[in-house]
Amino acid sequence: MRRLRRDRHGRYRLNLSSPERQLLRSLPEQAKEVIHENDPSAIRLYPPAYPADGDAQAEYGRMAGASLLDRHRRSLDTVAATVDEPFLDEEQVHEWLDAMEVLRLVLGTQLDISEDIEEVPRDDPRAPQFAVYGYLSLLQTEIVDALAEGLPDEGRP
Amino acid sequence: MTQSAPVEVDLPVGGEDVATDRPWLVIVWNDPINLMSYVTYVFQKLFGYSREKATKLMLDVHHKGRAVVSSGARERAELDVYRLHEHGLWATMEQGS
Repeated sequence: MRRLRRDRHGRYRLNLSSPERQLLRSLPEQAKEVIHENDPSAIRLYPPAYPADGDAQAEYGRMAGASLLDRHRRSLDTVAATVDEPFLDEEQVHEWLDAMEVLRLVLGTQLDISEDIEEVPRDDPRAPQFAVYGYLSLLQTEIVDALAEGLPDEGRP
Repeated sequence: MTQSAPVEVDLPVGGEDVATDRPWLVIVWNDPINLMSYVTYVFQKLFGYSREKATKLMLDVHHKGRAVVSSGARERAELDVYRLHEHGLWATMEQGS
């Protein structure tokens, strides 16, 4: 059973087990403590627009930093607040997608994820964190699949 | 894109350098965290690209390390970069030569 499925009324039915809901209640709170611009875990949340131009980048950072933080914080709050709901509306699903992105970028940075290392042996002390990362990847994939069904295949060439 | 092709630019305000006419390129870089399906979805959603074109750009990012996903005047490019940052993608911008 997919965890998120769009019904014919345009609502999204949420199918999560009790341990999943428990995890998704606690992760957003933990993430909110580290998603600030000066936290090394959050480096992926604030890429430079102008890597070769310090002045332009400083101006961009002033413009973008606070609104990126606001957006991500709001998305994390939405997940924690709606995790027990049977249905989500489309706007909430987009916030869930963003929250999964934030959680994966933070956890992936903390775990120093690379193309080659996506899992570790069961007895590795980081194994539980890798399992959470894998679960978030699965959930994000299912959210993308549910949302992508609503997009046209055709578009700008 | 060639120099002779018509490009949409705001009319230059007097005194600006000729260099400001060169389009800015919005570049997305490969990273080990973002999921391929997610990146494709973001390109479709933000730029209105077909699934085919969005997939091709995603694969360019994945295999070549980077891809130009849009281009235009500086303000427009910066907005695109910002929207990509909102979606967690590693995007930068630079002026084309």
